[in-house]
Amino acid sequence: MGLFGSLSEKLNHVFSKITSRGKLTELEIKQAMREIRVALLEADVNYAVVKDFVARVSAEAVGEKVLNSLTPGQQVVKIVNDELVRVMGGTVSKLEVSPKPPTVIMMCGLQGAGKTTMCGKLALMLRKQGKKPMLVACDIYRPAAINQLRVVGKNVNVEVFDRGTQNPVKTAGEGVKEALKLGYDTVILDTAGRLHINEELMNELLDIKKAVEPTEILLTVDSMTGQDAVTVATTFNEKLDVTGVVLTKLDGDTRGGAALSIRAVTGKPIKLCGMGEKPTDLEPFYPDRMASRILGMGDVLTLIEKAEHAVGEEELKKLEKKMREARFTLDDFLTQFESIGKMGNISELLAMVPGANRLKISEKDIDEGRINRFKAIIRSMTMYEREHPEIIKSSRRKRIAAGSGTSIQDVNQLLKQFDQTKDMMKAMKGKRRFPF
Amino acid sequence: MGLFAKIKEGLKKTKEALAYKLDKIFTGGVLNDDFYDELESALLTSDIGAAATDELMERLRDVVDEKHIRDTESCKGELKRIMVEMLEENPAPEYDYPLIIMVTGVNGVGKTTAIGKLAKKFKAMGKSVIVAAADTFRAAASDQLTVWADRADVRIIKHAEGADPGAVVYDAVMSFNAKNTDVLLIDTAGRLHNKKNLMDELGKINRIVGREAPDATVYNYIVLDATTGQNAIAQVDVFNECVDIDGIILTKLDGTAKGGVVLAIASELEVPVVYVGVGEGIDDLEDFEAENFVDGIIG
Repeated sequence: MGLFGSLSEKLNHVFSKITSRGKLTELEIKQAMREIRVALLEADVNYAVVKDFVARVSAEAVGEKVLNSLTPGQQVVKIVNDELVRVMGGTVSKLEVSPKPPTVIMMCGLQGAGKTTMCGKLALMLRKQGKKPMLVACDIYRPAAINQLRVVGKNVNVEVFDRGTQNPVKTAGEGVKEALKLGYDTVILDTAGRLHINEELMNELLDIKKAVEPTEILLTVDSMTGQDAVTVATTFNEKLDVTGVVLTKLDGDTRGGAALSIRAVTGKPIKLCGMGEKPTDLEPFYPDRMASRILGMGDVLTLIEKAEHAVGEEELKKLEKKMREARFTLDDFLTQFESIGKMGNISELLAMVPGANRLKISEKDIDEGRINRFKAIIRSMTMYEREHPEIIKSSRRKRIAAGSGTSIQDVNQLLKQFDQTKDMMKAMKGKRRFPF
Repeated sequence: MGLFAKIKEGLKKTKEALAYKLDKIFTGGVLNDDFYDELESALLTSDIGAAATDELMERLRDVVDEKHIRDTESCKGELKRIMVEMLEENPAPEYDYPLIIMVTGVNGVGKTTAIGKLAKKFKAMGKSVIVAAADTFRAAASDQLTVWADRADVRIIKHAEGADPGAVVYDAVMSFNAKNTDVLLIDTAGRLHNKKNLMDELGKINRIVGREAPDATVYNYIVLDATTGQNAIAQVDVFNECVDIDGIILTKLDGTAKGGVVLAIASELEVPVVYVGVGEGIDDLEDFEAENFVDGIIG
């Protein structure tokens, strides 16, 4: 929506008058707090949490730091950001491992939160860490839920234990015993989605808890959840004393204010987040990145990590050197396009770029088809042409267009874009370090 | 059980939370700034969102001025009236048969369950129904739909997992045409609205339906989870750009979630709510009634 990607702009506007006077009036602080309040509400942070939060930020903002700052708007955003990080727990929290195997991880949550998918991702992550996980199907209510878990298990190559529609408490107990017997060190229980107000089903979870004494009880929460996240999390936590929270569907464009709400009211850490549909799309939860996201400031760290992961650090350094020396060829351009492809979906990447919201860049502007055309065009050039694009005149252009199945206009467009990129690099030449 | 007893029951918890708050606000108070502030927070807590809340508040203030309302009780009546008006501005689509409904939405909102309930509903009206399992992506999705089809006693068209959804839809439309069926319900894979390729696939399904069943009335419904916050607006907005969204099925209203975001959607995007899901049973799908919905929220 991009509505509040501009929180810092709005705050700057509110404070724009004071820079000359160097003093915040009560009215200005009130206006600023209103902007913050609206931004947090639009991010689905719970109303009560917002109120409390704004009161604390307000107290902080009256301080001298803001008064003396040249850009009070930025300063207030920083205060808000720091406070968000603090409320969300500050650091990354890891999954507990039981000293006495097996470690039992029980997943619970509302219907449709993404428990079964998350079970598969978690199992794969644990397997990659050298653990031996087993999945246990305890959802006997939703049609075909057991089947879904079987398929998920098969995809990530992890054993799935089920006892059909037998009482899930019994199944959980038998699953843990079976795991112990067969030498699995981690058991993941996939329980049925349920409403927090369904007394009977909530008691079932409590019975499972008593039966298998899980090391971790993870509440799975859809990151798109609105104001109700607080009610849901509180109820689950009161009943089960959960050990942590897992956020799902964070690959959408939601700001994910639910994360803040849940952490604030339950005090339980958010341990992991699901970032996509592939089994590997599971990441630790970084409070600082989430804070940026809630404020619509982008997630540069994740972007850099993705880039490093896709390109490899060595290659990145090489590219950086070339860019710095402005010795950039069309071949490097091709490598760049290819790594963008490896980094994943463009809209996802865009969501991480600070200010992309504000600039109103959307997926439509970055056409993946166009990138593919560019790749084809470069591949239709000889190595010499790639190194010396200036020799590409009209007859070469015609040949390249025909060879890549594109038009001469496309070829021109690519060459123009390449020139612009090169100019940009020249302009940056001499600067010590590139953004990444 | 009365016609809307179920919705009311589903919204009972909502009432407890919000209506209690509103009652406190509405009874006996005078119309001062504190009153409006409290009122605003109550609306925000129900996921109505900042923008729609502002709009509601503004309209309420205008009416209060215009009609010289002084007590909080009549103010409540006015607010209800405004909310109902907002929701009724866009009427639900009317059904002509043969009818094809494609059901879309993001992951986990309850699309397959909604299809099961819809199938039962049309069947109970004496219509012949086919469901098409065009969610070939999620593990065991077609198994799940098969169970629902059995429960509703309707025919199902499905392919193997990973098959082309377009092919499933094509087969379903062929069968629909050949047997002069009244209603075809298409279940699609859940997709986050920011995934371009998947969104394009919906357009393709629509084109197949339009080409192969030119005489049928075709509607596209989006399923929204009542627990979803402001992101629901973006969901409807983007799906709407991709295929014309004719209506909303609001699910999981039997929890404590208020679903207030549909008010924001009504005012911003002009898409009507058609049905509400109020439970896990096959009959737990009701026609949307604005008045009951608002009553459920404000009491």
